[in-house]
Amino acid sequence: MNLWNRGIICAIGFVTLTAAISAAEMPGVTDKEIKIGNTMPYSGPASAYGTIGKAINAYFNKVNAEGGINGRSIRFISLDDGYSPPKTKEQIRKLVEKEKVLLVFQSLGTPTNAAVHSYLNKKRVPQLFVATGASKWSDPENFPWTMGWQPNYQTEGQIYGSYILKNHPDGKIGILYQNDDYGKDYMIGLKKGLGDRSNSMIVAEESYETTSPTIDSQIIKLKASGANIFFNVTTPKFAAQAIKKIFDFNWKPVHFLNNVSASVGAVLKPAGLEKSQGIISVSYYMDPTDPHYQNTEGMKRWQKFMADYFPEGNRKESLNMYGYLVAQTMVHVLKKCGDNLTRENVMKHAANIRNLKLDTLYEGIEVNTSPSDFRPVESMQPTVFKGESFVPLGEIVKSGNDKIQ
Amino acid sequence: MDLFVQQTLAGISNGAIYASLALAIVMIYQAIDHINFAQGEMAMFSTYIAWTLIVRFDVPYWIAFGLTLVISFLGGMLIERIVFAPIHQAPALSHLLVFLGLYAIFNSLAGEIWGHTIKEFPSPFPDYSFGGLIGAHQVGTIVIVMFMLAAIYSFFKTTKLGLALRAVASNPESARLVGIKVKWMRALGWGLAASLGSLSGMMIAPIVFLDPNMMGGILIYSFTAALIGGIDSPGGAVAGGFLVGVLENLVGTYVEFIGSELKLTFALLLITGTLLLKPNGLFGRKIVTRV
Repeated sequence: MNLWNRGIICAIGFVTLTAAISAAEMPGVTDKEIKIGNTMPYSGPASAYGTIGKAINAYFNKVNAEGGINGRSIRFISLDDGYSPPKTKEQIRKLVEKEKVLLVFQSLGTPTNAAVHSYLNKKRVPQLFVATGASKWSDPENFPWTMGWQPNYQTEGQIYGSYILKNHPDGKIGILYQNDDYGKDYMIGLKKGLGDRSNSMIVAEESYETTSPTIDSQIIKLKASGANIFFNVTTPKFAAQAIKKIFDFNWKPVHFLNNVSASVGAVLKPAGLEKSQGIISVSYYMDPTDPHYQNTEGMKRWQKFMADYFPEGNRKESLNMYGYLVAQTMVHVLKKCGDNLTRENVMKHAANIRNLKLDTLYEGIEVNTSPSDFRPVESMQPTVFKGESFVPLGEIVKSGNDKIQ
Repeated sequence: MDLFVQQTLAGISNGAIYASLALAIVMIYQAIDHINFAQGEMAMFSTYIAWTLIVRFDVPYWIAFGLTLVISFLGGMLIERIVFAPIHQAPALSHLLVFLGLYAIFNSLAGEIWGHTIKEFPSPFPDYSFGGLIGAHQVGTIVIVMFMLAAIYSFFKTTKLGLALRAVASNPESARLVGIKVKWMRALGWGLAASLGSLSGMMIAPIVFLDPNMMGGILIYSFTAALIGGIDSPGGAVAGGFLVGVLENLVGTYVEFIGSELKLTFALLLITGTLLLKPNGLFGRKIVTRV
């Protein structure tokens, strides 16, 4: 009897002990649920991006409805930070310390993520697949808990550089860029892609501030420099102005437009489709409005997802497709973790993705990471604007695997 | 030489943009003796109303244009009656805070109602460019700015209403004593400024595209224009607008040190310089207060 009692007490003690240990090691995870934290600009100047958070939430709802991840459902706690870094800090602390989330996923914005970059790394909380194209998120040596997702601006700039070197070796390049980290990252990438030729090929660099009313003066200077290639590193409003202006000023360069503004609905339509013909850009996932891809399996799956789980979302909005793709990557990593949902194991699997194909990435573009490569998507498809959409131009370009500083 | 001509012409077209909003700023200053920091956002909001009429309801351009002027006029009066009438005795700082509040409200409301992606706004002028130098819309804007200037000038100088408005701004007590309805004059000033602002917005939007933050940068340049020209002088504001537009382009092109990077800094330097050397602006009246 005594022995029996002691045995029960021991057993109870053991069970509580292991439960306590596993709870300590797997914060945010129970037998039924995985808690994932996120911040998004649902209000404020960048609120147009808020729809990404809604698309991700809808995708997790779909996963939960189909049985969840190894029996656990995802609880996505997405808070509004209004694109304001101090607010991001407050919300992320709340998520980590009060909600005790397993990880932070897809928080949006460069300044906002920068504000919690060292905090999350010190706390050893995964800051996964952040929604920004800055290059500093792929630094596994110094920030082993942070990882980007989309091709970063330097990678993209480098791809334009190699493309120009190959297809327009005698070109004279004029650049218009936004005077901040985003614009400068593209410049670094382009120069890297051009290699030794960059000094002789780049004939003019003009910058603008986001407060500039117009960029007419800069375009006039670029035209006067004799450039015959125009590298357009601008955000949507200025991109549309530039497209219109170079047409009005009778300047006819080969026009490279950064992916940031390569949106038919938000940039080219307002600028005028006839003025946009021949613009070259690069992309890594399909344009939801592009008639060429409407019948691919992946596109059909996305359309069905939108209809079933996010009917209020705009089906022409590529950000809704972006949210879908990045959520698929997250689910892939969580499934790989099995029942070992510790923060360490999540990072381990995030850094070991092999040839992952997603529904609407361009054919031939796959997600790949390794412990020394924290850049999930690194290849892009050059595209040219013809008629009413961007069509593929030549082969997929992969940026070198060497570390970009 | 080509570069010089092109930069000057581009400067003049930008100058017309600054001048048009500067006129609205001068107008409100004439009526309430304050600068309205929400003037740009109100203009942007009016422009969205015009856009809705033209694009969503297929109203012909000039009818929508007229309707927008009227709606903005009434809207401006309403804002004065509802928001500012209760605090008109309050110190300038309280007004400043309410201006900033209005700024945020109009900006967020526009984003909420119409979204943040840029919209194309139709121009009443043909899509034509004079030798790739200056567009028909830019020329049209300059003409309209001149027309606005003439209208404001004759309103203040030749009509009794204009005189009454000026009286209320400079000395409300005395104005009331001579039988001017001070309350309604203030509201009228707000209405006129909102109307002018909407006109300026409808001229600016085809150039910079319509979005909730369209006026942010422009407002700074327009303040510069108004301050350089003299905050109480419509003619000065227009001259100031053209001056700022042309100077910033030429300085940005020919002064290596400034380049495109310090163009905005240059505008702010102009404000500081004017306030230091000629506080009433180039064309402003000198105000002498008897102690």
